[in-house]
Amino acid sequence: MALLELEGVEARYGQVRALHGISLAVEEGQVVALLGANGAGKTTTLRAVSGTVRRTGEIRFEGRSIVRGSPEGAARLGIAHVPEGRGTFAELSVWDNLRMGAFVRRNRRAVSADLERILVHFPWIEERRGQQAGTLSGGEQQMLALARALVARPRLLLLDEPSLGLAPLVVREFFGIVRMLNQEEGLTVLVVEQNANIALTVADRAYVLEVGEIAVSGSAEELRRNESVRRSYLGY
Amino acid sequence: MARAARSTGGVAPPSSTPLRRALSAGAVACLVLLVLALPVLLETRTYELARAAEYAIAILGLVVLVGFTGQISLGHGAFMAIGGYTSGVLMFHTGVAGALTIPLAGVVAGLIGFFFGFPALRLSGVYLALATFALAVAVPSILKRFEGLTGGSGGLVLDVLAPPGRLHVRPERWLYYLTVSIALVLFALTWLLLRGRAGRALRAIRDGEVAAVSFGVNVALYKALAFGLSAAYAGVAGSLLVIDSGFVNPDTFPIELSIRILVGAVVAGLTTLGAIPLGALFIEFLPIYSQQVSQQAPAVIYGAALILIMVLLPSGAAGLIRRLLSPVIGRL
Amino acid sequence: MTEFFQQIVSGLASGGVYASLALALVLIHRSTQVINFAQGEMATFATYIAWTLIDRGMSYWPAFVLTLLVAFVGGVAVERVVIRPVERAPVLTVVMVTIGLLVLVNGAMAWLWSPEVKSFPSPFPSRAIDVGGVAISLQDLGILGMTLVTLTLLYLFFRFTKVGLALRAAAVNPESSRLAGVRVSWMLALGWGLAAMLGAVSGMMIAPTSFLEPNMMQVIIIYAFAAAVLGGINSPVGAVVGGLLLGVALNLIGAYAEFLGPELRLPVALAILLAVLLVRPAGLFERAVVKRV
Ligand SMILES: Nc1ncnc2c1ncn2[C@@H]1O[C@H](COP(=O)(O)OP(=O)(O)OP(=O)(O)O)[C@@H](O)[C@H]1O
Ligand SMILES: [Mg+2]
Repeated sequence: MALLELEGVEARYGQVRALHGISLAVEEGQVVALLGANGAGKTTTLRAVSGTVRRTGEIRFEGRSIVRGSPEGAARLGIAHVPEGRGTFAELSVWDNLRMGAFVRRNRRAVSADLERILVHFPWIEERRGQQAGTLSGGEQQMLALARALVARPRLLLLDEPSLGLAPLVVREFFGIVRMLNQEEGLTVLVVEQNANIALTVADRAYVLEVGEIAVSGSAEELRRNESVRRSYLGY
Repeated sequence: MARAARSTGGVAPPSSTPLRRALSAGAVACLVLLVLALPVLLETRTYELARAAEYAIAILGLVVLVGFTGQISLGHGAFMAIGGYTSGVLMFHTGVAGALTIPLAGVVAGLIGFFFGFPALRLSGVYLALATFALAVAVPSILKRFEGLTGGSGGLVLDVLAPPGRLHVRPERWLYYLTVSIALVLFALTWLLLRGRAGRALRAIRDGEVAAVSFGVNVALYKALAFGLSAAYAGVAGSLLVIDSGFVNPDTFPIELSIRILVGAVVAGLTTLGAIPLGALFIEFLPIYSQQVSQQAPAVIYGAALILIMVLLPSGAAGLIRRLLSPVIGRL
Repeated sequence: MTEFFQQIVSGLASGGVYASLALALVLIHRSTQVINFAQGEMATFATYIAWTLIDRGMSYWPAFVLTLLVAFVGGVAVERVVIRPVERAPVLTVVMVTIGLLVLVNGAMAWLWSPEVKSFPSPFPSRAIDVGGVAISLQDLGILGMTLVTLTLLYLFFRFTKVGLALRAAAVNPESSRLAGVRVSWMLALGWGLAAMLGAVSGMMIAPTSFLEPNMMQVIIIYAFAAAVLGGINSPVGAVVGGLLLGVALNLIGAYAEFLGPELRLPVALAILLAVLLVRPAGLFERAVVKRV
């Protein structure tokens, strides 16, 4: 049984239908990439999973249907969604942003332990803990958003274009951390990326969305070799 | 509210087949006749009907502001006070007959409203509500301060209203016809105004300032004008209120009066002229009947009405009537 | 000079009352952009409940605490029942609903308790103490102390508890808060509950000096509006500083600016309100909000 399964999921914004029945699966412990042109519905797919857009069809998380749930319900089940634009609490301090990540957790000791472990990857956060999060640089905010999601100890991490606006070096650092967490702690990730190169390096599997439908899917290896994917998304 | 404002495109009838036009002209004529005959039909309620007509004028002012600029005033009682005191002070200190002071009361309130409108229009919705509310609460204490002119908290005792010259009408009938004529004139004036260039400009502002600016509408000026016009109506209503009571003191214009007018406007639907008389009758007669239950019943009902209408029927009585009539009208 | 200090202390005491009520307004405005015009009436209502409890023989402090609890529950209930249905409506619609609430609660109080003025006990002795030659009334000190305790508790709640954090987060970024697992809609209700509690404190503090009647807060709420706007309508610290400043300023004006006279305290507050709205709508203390997208 896959950790997350979508079957014939449709989603709409008012009259605009953004997803026309998509099906995909994310196995436990995998990193899955979601590729596609602008407006293809990648963001909407993630939002359908976390419940921030109206959707129909079937969405199962750990085998249970969550299609009628709310975003806060999804968070409580262990789905951490780092949205497009990072979702920083701009007016709260860096530290309070991290505390918000742990909102769904009860065991304070475990949270402190996790924080310590996570901050190893983001050593600068400790020094900036009192700073207003909105004043961090874009890259720092992206790292903070990742850290915030990790504090929740999610079963599934949804990342929406984490590389947006980051310097190439930082992008590699970011995905390095994701990969490491995946390998060392079995973190499951569904990541939307424009940067197909790096996404397909990190991911185990990938789906390509076109106008609200899944056009291609397969292992990262297969997609890298796929002629049309290569031309459209990898650029060589 | 914005929702209601948008759904009812101003006062112009939605379409105008000859049949419809004849029908609405006939309806208006019947209504006017009914209004003129009312004091004969409801002899004992003449005074209250005159009061309702005063409220209708004040509500008209508020509807002009709310419905056609999208802004709200919670303190129109303040402009009623300006009009009322203009009349009161003139009558008291110069002995002029009350009816003659009405136009001046409107002009004074209108001018003050116009100049208040310039800074006020820079405030967004909630802040304007806040500022006008505070204004209405503060007005009585300002009036008390200028004792020489206003008579302080004691107020001014004025001559009671009498019909002019040799006219043999009962005073309350004279009051009724005076008030109703003024109300009818103001309604007609507003209706014409809103159909014309100014009305288009005002609606353009309501529906989107950016668009209005790009069509060359001087937004600041038009908004201040709308505010001034609205205040002038309130001033006329306040003047009539003072003339018919025969005295004026700061408590003639408490914040409750502003809220009452607001309730009337909300009941009427905020954006259409047609249902204003209903709103006015509601706020005049509700207290009279419900006070038999308890002295406090009117306030409780006003409050509940305001909440229920905003929650369930933001387009007020006008919306309700339209909804009930639409199957009928639709077939014409 | 000693009188001057006395005026300042009693100005701070009334300023504390304005500050509590202003803070209540700010709490609600921060999360919903709505100004609760009924805040004052809700505070008066709570004070009537305290009066009833004390009248029935309960002693002051238990009645005080019980009133706070009732106010909290009442605030939550008001949000759930009347505000919730218009949660997504334009702001002005919600404002009109709060006006309706104002009228409704005001009428209900007069109905339930009669419009007559009632005297309300003060928990503080009416003596004055001597501080370096200045006689300071214990009444004023008590009110000021009470305000400070309330504000400190509130600060600790927001700063150090999980729910306090969630309340702040929901106010600045509801969408992200939901993604973090916060039930934002309940946070709004909680905010109303807290605001009602703050209002109750201010009501019970002002009632001994102003006497209890349905319109007790009609003027105070205008001072609270002015204080909130002065400090920046979204800034809790600003509301407190604004309240204290306004209290002192109005008291000094009342005492020393004879040409203005005591009647003009309210118009002065109105003038301050208008001036701040027009010249510096973000208030005196509000930091510019830094946002990066
Ligand atoms: N809030 C909204 N209201 C209306 N339509 C929307 C909204 N958000 C997205 N859409 C539409 O839904 C479709 C899918 O949008 P989505 O944001 O999922 O695309 P995307 O694949 O994430 O694109 P990008 O790579 O540009 O982020 C688009 O056609 C978009 O116009
Ligand atoms: Mg996207």
